[in-house]
Amino acid sequence: MKTNRILLATLALLPLSLAAQERYMSRTGHASFFSETKMENIEAHNHKATAVFDASTGAIEMSMLIKAFEFEKALMQEHFNENYMESEKFPKATFKGTVSGLPAGALTKPGSFDVEVKGELTIHGVTRTVTEKARFIVDGKGGIKAECAFKVKPEDHGIKIPGAVRNNIAEIIEVKLDVPFSKM
Amino acid sequence: MRRLLSTGLCLGLAAALPAQDSLLDLLGEEEEVEYTTASFKTTRVINAHSLENTAHGVLDFRIGHRFGYVNTGINELFGLDQATIRLGFDYGVTDRLMIGFGRSSYQKTLDGFAKYKFLKQCRSGCGTPVTLSLLASTAFTTVTDDKLPWYQPDQPMYFTNRLSYNFQLIVGRKFSDAFTFELLPGVVHRNLVNTAAEKHDVINMGMAGRLKLTKRTSLNAEYFYVFPDQLAQPTEAELAADPNAGFQNSFSIGFDIETGGHVFQLHFTNSTAMFERGFITETTGRWLDGDIHIGFNISRVFTLHRPKPKVQG
Repeated sequence: MKTNRILLATLALLPLSLAAQERYMSRTGHASFFSETKMENIEAHNHKATAVFDASTGAIEMSMLIKAFEFEKALMQEHFNENYMESEKFPKATFKGTVSGLPAGALTKPGSFDVEVKGELTIHGVTRTVTEKARFIVDGKGGIKAECAFKVKPEDHGIKIPGAVRNNIAEIIEVKLDVPFSKM
Repeated sequence: MRRLLSTGLCLGLAAALPAQDSLLDLLGEEEEVEYTTASFKTTRVINAHSLENTAHGVLDFRIGHRFGYVNTGINELFGLDQATIRLGFDYGVTDRLMIGFGRSSYQKTLDGFAKYKFLKQCRSGCGTPVTLSLLASTAFTTVTDDKLPWYQPDQPMYFTNRLSYNFQLIVGRKFSDAFTFELLPGVVHRNLVNTAAEKHDVINMGMAGRLKLTKRTSLNAEYFYVFPDQLAQPTEAELAADPNAGFQNSFSIGFDIETGGHVFQLHFTNSTAMFERGFITETTGRWLDGDIHIGFNISRVFTLHRPKPKVQG
């Protein structure tokens, strides 16, 4: 009988120990990218990126559906999915890494914190290790936002751009992330 | 016994706790409805309508061109000396409704249509296996009275005689990234027909498919079967001149080549007309005799209106 009680008590405490971890999540992360050339500018937005950040370990993960990127022109969107990203074959872009440089307890008081994010970025099925600067903005009322801007070369991720449209698509694409986190 | 039970319970619960390989697993899999896209490169397979619609706010300027029959020989440069053309504009009123009109040199015909996609095939998130669209179109020939096929000097020429209608259901499925197939059961209604033996309503079944060859090219084919005893049989005089005279089912095969803002369709077809009444009920070319047109369609889209993004950040 005694063992039973101990077991049950341990069981009851398990969820509490899980909840004590400092985890934050988002389903409404905003990812956007820009391609600027003399011929034309291309811009697309995705407002449905998901992310989980574990402040106790610094682990961060992010994922987004390629098809959720919205373009100004419907045809651009179709070509982006069909010809470049092959989104039926590679439906998601993901990032898995760690945040370093965030002071302990930073997420409880208002302020803005520059951090470094290092990890594996997977786009078009090709994974690359990247290190980028990012910023956490805490409003003190429970709102935490993460921002990051970085550059991606399509050819680094095996995305081929044919000669005919070479002048319409930038060699380096600027990507911006803006992720509002809430406590899990 | 009790101890066993509770130990079992405990083990079971422990196993049920998430294995934390990925933090994102904590969010659970959110199943979102994702519709199939890009079943065809453009809104036409060759002559027939495809499953695709012009996107909301997009104007599609289409040039259709058919040369003469290739069997006309070198003197006619294998048909290249002759041309039949259709110029048209299509517009996406919404993502599901498109309208369009065109003007063909074939019998100087004006045509207009509306196509509504009322069911969309799902890739994930819902179980819809097919896309369903309804196409309604009308054609109006504007040639002078004496050039009408049914011209009789002593007969009154009514305006309505020049009109015909076409209704089609388009049922299709993108089976894989490369392969799409659709069926087009339909009826063509002609207000006036040449002989009493012909039906005003011509029931037909179309089928069309595409096979993607590379990211930017595909092989397309379409066939329209007209159920028997609806169209006029050739007269004996016509048969004496050509044993294969009379109506033939329309068959076309070709390629789609997409180059950024344009889709270029290059094909071979035995049909001369590029609107439904024409190619379904008035095709006389016979593939086996070399009555084949080389033809092309060019589609160029312009974004006239930008619909508001569905999600605001």
